[in-house]
Amino acid sequence: MISRRRLIQSGANGALLLGMSSLLPAWARSSSHGNHGLTAPHHHHTRFDLEVGRFPVRIDGRAGKAVGVNGTLPSPLIRFRENDEITLNVRNTVDEDTSIHWHGLLVPFQMDGVPGVTFPGIRAGETFTYKFAVPQSGTYWYHSHSGLQEQQGMYGPLIVDPQGTDPVAYDREYVMVLSDWSFENAYRIYDKLKKISHTYNFQQRTLPDFLMDAKQRGLGKALSDRAMWGEMRMSPRDIADVTGATYHFLINGHSTEDNWNGVFKPGERVRLRIINASAMTIFNVRMPDLPMTIVAADGLNVRPLEVDEFQIGVAETYDVIIEPNAEKPFAFVAESIDRSGQAVASFGPEPGMRAAAPELRAVPTLTMKDMGMDHGDMSHDDMDHSAMGHGELGEMGEMKADPVPQNSATDHSMHHDGPAMPEMDHSAHMQQASWPVEKKHIEKGPGIANVAAMPMSRLDEPGIGLEGVPHRVLRYSQLRSLDRNPDLRPPEREIEIHLTSNMERYMWSFDGVKFSEVTEAIKFREGERVRVTLINNTMMPHPIHLHGMFFELVNGGGDHRPRKHTVIVKPAEKLSFDVSADHVGDWAFHCHLLYHMNAGMMQVVSVLPDPHKHHRMMEETEPADPHAGHKMSAEPSHEGHDMPDHDRMDHSQHMDHSGHQMHGDMK
Amino acid sequence: MRSIFGPSLLFSAAALVVAAPAFAQHHAEDEAAPSEDAPWSQADAYFDPDEMAASRAHVQHHHGSENTLMVMADRFEMQDSDNATLGVFDVSASYGGDINRLYVQLEGEYDFDASEAEHVSVDVLWSRAISTYFDLQAGISYDIEPDGLAHAALGFQGLAPYWFEVDGRAYLSEKGDLTAKFEAEYDFLLTQRLILQPRAELKFAAQDDPEHKTGSGLTNFETGLRLRYDIIREFSPYIGITYHAAMGETDDMLEVAGEDTDSAAFLVGFRAWY
Repeated sequence: MISRRRLIQSGANGALLLGMSSLLPAWARSSSHGNHGLTAPHHHHTRFDLEVGRFPVRIDGRAGKAVGVNGTLPSPLIRFRENDEITLNVRNTVDEDTSIHWHGLLVPFQMDGVPGVTFPGIRAGETFTYKFAVPQSGTYWYHSHSGLQEQQGMYGPLIVDPQGTDPVAYDREYVMVLSDWSFENAYRIYDKLKKISHTYNFQQRTLPDFLMDAKQRGLGKALSDRAMWGEMRMSPRDIADVTGATYHFLINGHSTEDNWNGVFKPGERVRLRIINASAMTIFNVRMPDLPMTIVAADGLNVRPLEVDEFQIGVAETYDVIIEPNAEKPFAFVAESIDRSGQAVASFGPEPGMRAAAPELRAVPTLTMKDMGMDHGDMSHDDMDHSAMGHGELGEMGEMKADPVPQNSATDHSMHHDGPAMPEMDHSAHMQQASWPVEKKHIEKGPGIANVAAMPMSRLDEPGIGLEGVPHRVLRYSQLRSLDRNPDLRPPEREIEIHLTSNMERYMWSFDGVKFSEVTEAIKFREGERVRVTLINNTMMPHPIHLHGMFFELVNGGGDHRPRKHTVIVKPAEKLSFDVSADHVGDWAFHCHLLYHMNAGMMQVVSVLPDPHKHHRMMEETEPADPHAGHKMSAEPSHEGHDMPDHDRMDHSQHMDHSGHQMHGDMK
Repeated sequence: MRSIFGPSLLFSAAALVVAAPAFAQHHAEDEAAPSEDAPWSQADAYFDPDEMAASRAHVQHHHGSENTLMVMADRFEMQDSDNATLGVFDVSASYGGDINRLYVQLEGEYDFDASEAEHVSVDVLWSRAISTYFDLQAGISYDIEPDGLAHAALGFQGLAPYWFEVDGRAYLSEKGDLTAKFEAEYDFLLTQRLILQPRAELKFAAQDDPEHKTGSGLTNFETGLRLRYDIIREFSPYIGITYHAAMGETDDMLEVAGEDTDSAAFLVGFRAWY
């Protein structure tokens, strides 16, 4: 048992140490303050007392006030074991409602901690007891789902240790919690965004930029480029809404100046559990001169994949293994996606070493491709990437999987009758599914500034700003689950959801409907297999998070598709994931950029109990019987239903240009 | 202390018993219909449904329907020309949501030499977002100075292609006179904080108005160039120049009356918003 007092004590043990580290839990301190890696728990705790409060913090050398758990920023590490019955008492000592959401954990929905969706919230002065056991292990995190408390400091790491042996071997482990801190009031930040949405953008294109551009590319090209963006009233530098202009980027509560540092013995395998606990910041993570082997994504194990850099969306987690084998410090760099700032930590053979922080790289500029417009450029780029991908995957001894997000099969060979390039071409086209597809028609209006004319698969791209870097960058198309996917049924139906916005009015929504205007949840029936297709009509990448369920990203991974809880949807991207609606309940579904969610980019997925459940409990690989239980508005006519290996994608279909899309449209 | 495993357990169990058949029945009836009036309600089986309803309403309201107040002093400046020193202000406040807002604008001039306000008007408008970048505005306008005249006002405000901020408004006075004005601004970013803003304003009248010495047609033209520096985004001092000319028949009428028909001025001021 670990009590709140003990948690606080463990924080107080460091009180003799100087400065901010005294305010940090042991796991978040530097090696120079005694943290030489997480200590493996001797026995697993099952009870945790957490107290939500306001407390002073010292960030980047300056005093501020945070809202968080047990008086530390980040909040304490919660670590327990798979399948153990866990009790967490959360006492609210602040004068407003609070809540804790266990991000990525498969808990009963009434324990999920989303006010107004799964429970009423925790009122001032009250204690709420969460009880659950989770059938999973890995790196997760927890955070407030109330107001903007997450921005104010209420987030912490959560590790679930496997009941059996961990397939990942390591000698030492650290948690790396990435976050963004502002001394401005979080509500004021949102207020300012609502009033003048580019308030924090100090990376716009200027007149001198234009002159430089004209000099390099010619006046005509520079002018027509400006004219295109101007005509659309959009900025190719709209990459992050809230930037380094107000944010201090942190690793375990440390700014670059504070230099969080870890130690290693040369030759050791060091596991880094990297959590992006930011409110608004997507980070590019890299360790110059040191490759990272990704071993888990969003908590679940993946086939080891060596990369030099990866983009981590807000709320995503990646576990990597590093094997530093030199007597020198290595930098761990978390660079904000818009390059407006970074946080740099160090790993060295001795405690307290500081690695040289690299310069910030050049600010990325969006292209017409990000608006879903320039088909020509796009297919060219895709081909480049596909060629790259081929090589890298080849090295791993893997077959090049089709990145077109339609493949639910393991058997590629029968249908991949061409080289990779023609396939890439198809990625720009929407495939016809052999199951009913529910589409919504969206139109430009006050809340929708853009409707992507040509959304495309971008799973095989590394992410905004990383297209041209001279080293290996993770692409979603490369991720493969270590374990075979538990449910190989093809989808019974597909739902298309549009990510929509008007940056000028700072309006964010799904399908043009803000959460405040939602009158009906997205409904899944218990036991059904649903494909969710997300189409990003905005100019920004959105980390979209579905509570309560892992989804299989349709990335060409066959029966080893990565199972995630959060996925970045790039500008103008169309991607799909398949969900087995096993967990009855109302589950929040939202963009994990806090102010986008706050502006309305949120919905609820209701998994409704199925009274015919028993008919629907299928063998793992058996398809759902379309006649059992409920009926779709139209019956799937596809004949290969009973063949999980059936490839249902590789047909060159054409996009529907008409703009008239139908509900329950069956093809 | 509230624990759902505490006293509410009984209630939860009871609610489940009640709720389960409700789902089943509903399911059998109609796939597509909402399960309840509420968009989702499964947590009602575990917690007090009234409390859940309040919480649901609260969370929805705070995810997209909150009102904001914006106060903007777009121009607050001193204009110095050969024949006058004027204080010029254009301050607006708007309150509301994404679509509907109350918009109040106070504009005016103060003549420091004569120590009197020359033109001061207040517009009170309902502003409605009608497209991606444009708002329709309708309401009333009142000339506090010089002569306490009330108008009905109808106009628009928005962002035109190529980033021109434009607004136009037509006024129908209580005397039946129709006038209009049109403004456009553009921001050239010299750096991220140093911004050069050309601005133009045109005024029109539909009829001759000898009392105010305006003729029908284009009556006034004003253009300016302001160089501002965003110390923070919310506060930007600026310097600039402005040129104003009476046009057409108005020009003639003023000339006959022996008044100035055009003037150029240096200006210094600030833009601020909250």
